[in-house]
Amino acid sequence: MTLKSLRWLIPIAVFAVIAAFLYVGLFRDPREVPSPLIGKPAPAFSLAELHAPDRRLSPSDMRGQVWLLNVWASWCVSCREEHPLLVALAKTGIVPIVGLDYKDKPGDGRAWLTDNGNPYRTSVMDSDGRTGIDWGVYGVPETYVVDRAGIIRYKQIGPLTEQTLKQTILPLVRRLQAS
Amino acid sequence: MIPELGHFALIVALLVAIIQSVLPMIGAARRDRALMGVAVTAARAQFGLVALAFGCLAWSFATSDFSVANVAANSNTHLPLHFRLAATWGSHEGSLLLWSMMLAGWGFAVTVFSRNLPQVLRARVLAVLGMIAIGFLLFLLTTSDPFTRLFPAPPEGRDLNSLLQDPGMVAHPPMLYMGYVGFSVAFAFAIAALIGGRLDAAWARWSRPWTTVAWSFLTVGIALGSVWAYYTLGWGGWWFWDPVENASFMPWLAGTALIHSLAVTEKRGAFRSWTVLLAIVAFSLSLIGTFLVRSGVLTSVHAFAIDPARGLYILAFLAIVIGGSLTLYAVRAGAVGAGGDFAPVSRESLLLGNNVLLVVALVSVLLGTLYPLFVDALAAGKISVGPPYFNTVFYPLMAPLLFLVGVGPVAAWRRAPIPELWTRLRWAAGIAVVTAALVPVAMGRWKPLVALGMLLSAWIAAATLSSLVHRLRHAPQRGLTAKLRANAPAWYGMLLAHLGVAVFVTGVTLVKGYEVERDVRLDVGQSVVVAGDTYTFRGVAAVPGPNYDAIVATIDMTRADRHVTTLHPQKRTFRSSGQVITEASIERGIGGDHYVSLGEPITGSGASGAWAVRIYVKPFVDWIWGGCLLMALGGFTAVADRRYRLARARRSEPAAALVAPT
Repeated sequence: MTLKSLRWLIPIAVFAVIAAFLYVGLFRDPREVPSPLIGKPAPAFSLAELHAPDRRLSPSDMRGQVWLLNVWASWCVSCREEHPLLVALAKTGIVPIVGLDYKDKPGDGRAWLTDNGNPYRTSVMDSDGRTGIDWGVYGVPETYVVDRAGIIRYKQIGPLTEQTLKQTILPLVRRLQAS
Repeated sequence: MIPELGHFALIVALLVAIIQSVLPMIGAARRDRALMGVAVTAARAQFGLVALAFGCLAWSFATSDFSVANVAANSNTHLPLHFRLAATWGSHEGSLLLWSMMLAGWGFAVTVFSRNLPQVLRARVLAVLGMIAIGFLLFLLTTSDPFTRLFPAPPEGRDLNSLLQDPGMVAHPPMLYMGYVGFSVAFAFAIAALIGGRLDAAWARWSRPWTTVAWSFLTVGIALGSVWAYYTLGWGGWWFWDPVENASFMPWLAGTALIHSLAVTEKRGAFRSWTVLLAIVAFSLSLIGTFLVRSGVLTSVHAFAIDPARGLYILAFLAIVIGGSLTLYAVRAGAVGAGGDFAPVSRESLLLGNNVLLVVALVSVLLGTLYPLFVDALAAGKISVGPPYFNTVFYPLMAPLLFLVGVGPVAAWRRAPIPELWTRLRWAAGIAVVTAALVPVAMGRWKPLVALGMLLSAWIAAATLSSLVHRLRHAPQRGLTAKLRANAPAWYGMLLAHLGVAVFVTGVTLVKGYEVERDVRLDVGQSVVVAGDTYTFRGVAAVPGPNYDAIVATIDMTRADRHVTTLHPQKRTFRSSGQVITEASIERGIGGDHYVSLGEPITGSGASGAWAVRIYVKPFVDWIWGGCLLMALGGFTAVADRRYRLARARRSEPAAALVAPT
């Protein structure tokens, strides 16, 4: 086979690579990700609040209580999927949820919450995504469980589901609140 | 009894598909007319059987037969009839059955419209379609049986996902699938030609109408999905770069490239191996799209049942179909030979530019869609790729492409001297520059990107119309009707589709440039002024729907103290699932939409409380979909061309057209 006739093999080679990745992808859950931050203190930030840009919030303000940090954005499609669960969770009052509005325009973010309901005690703006990097955000949405001492205990990548919420996150929150 | 009949029909259809793919292939190899003849009978029988199965499922939905698991899971007695029927394709199983029926339908169409194809070619085309059908029917019967019974039958069904209870659900999936699946015919022609070793102008001519029709359906399907998202998701967007949208957009890009390269192959015999590759790629992307949607490897709003067994099956199927055809390509394409020569500036070279840009755009969308998967598979972490990536990569590629849309149809084959092009296009260029300068001023604010967008759309529109004027003026016939008749429908189809592009670009440009979005809190009786119009909130009322309870707001819109319209945005809570859906209320107009959507109650939930209301003004947004419709209409017009019927009447043409003219 000459070198020139090899070029007809390029398409099949490209497809083989794609197919191999698709195969591996089948056995991976796109929602499950280990985080090196688990067991470590929550990275500090001091960000302007979405609804009151002159006020700032940092993780130390949440010291002494167990809380959730939910990373969301108005442009994020999967966030719509988990949002009703968050709204329902907020209504129960079990655990405060702080929203991190990731790489979003404040107006869009506020509008999105107006439309879909606002489950957050406070949302802060991470417009340039800097805080997201510190927290190891891979994609939106993500949810972190932080304990009283400000240690990250759990991280959920991708939308929350009823199952993870009931079987993993809520039991963990109750345990942390009891300790 | 009816579901069993449907199940049985599917089994028989599978057997028929096996016959359809094996016997005609053998017949074609041996030049055995009887064996080749089986193809037509089998293809028609297959369509009848799959349509019967589909009818049985639709019947089960229509009569709310909850002893069928699929019906129980996706329907409900309170669902209106048209949604019960649409629920037939609301589930994974049902949509696959729709896929299979469309595939069989396309095969049936081949038997009807390609009577005059050389028998060998037709036998091979139908055999290839039969092979694809085997894959899908096996998939249905082994992993996704839509007719599985449920004992004991529940008294009530779980209901169709409330997001899908929308007129969009009735029309969008069938149109989209017509397009997706339609590329299977171009694919089958490509494979048949590769097997036969004849990739000539006749092959291109036969493939063209099929490709164009499929592409037109796909265009309509994508546009319908976009309209649907626009009014249901409640935030006025029309394209989100969601993986599933991308899955339908990638075959569209490949199909667009294919339509144009087929033109070169037919007229000039050039780009042959490239065209055949595009035909394979367009259908492969349809299959990969199906895989992405069905297997759950990517997260998306469209996520269907996630079942690794199904994913594995589709992947194996992909490997056989795509891997097999690309292997065939690798073996055969080298022998195809080159086509005619052309100068650096000629219609060929411009269409080559079109193809390069479309394929680069396609690859960038593919990369953006699969990148999260690649990164994950390499255990390098999880990422998501959003609109920022796609917008940055996609728009710069589109600008030169749109420029070419204006030049291409005017350029001559083989050689198009630039001075000549300039003479033909200087008026269009002038109009484009003036429009680009005036429109942003007329809209009230100068924006460079708006000027660029308007420059390109006016350029396309003016260049397209000037080709029309040029042709009519130089036609030898007397009288306008005779002059108009002198041109082929295919040519008018092209003009129409290109005008559609101009309309589309105008819509996108003006919406992006001048949309106004306001989120306001309104008490009963309170007014707000947005973009010159006054919106007065008259309060909300509870209105029960057939299977949901709606909160309907009344908002009066007035302009200069004159009442324009009353808008009724809704929030619907579905009784069976408790899911809440926002229904925007839109005052549509050719110059733009006034879009009002209801947010959450702010104080109190009664009729007297204040509500959050979003008010959007979307200038020229309907031009986006109008442009898509024009493109599709252009496609359908082009297919009406007599040339294709004549071409069918003649036998496979000698390779004369392929000999490079000197």
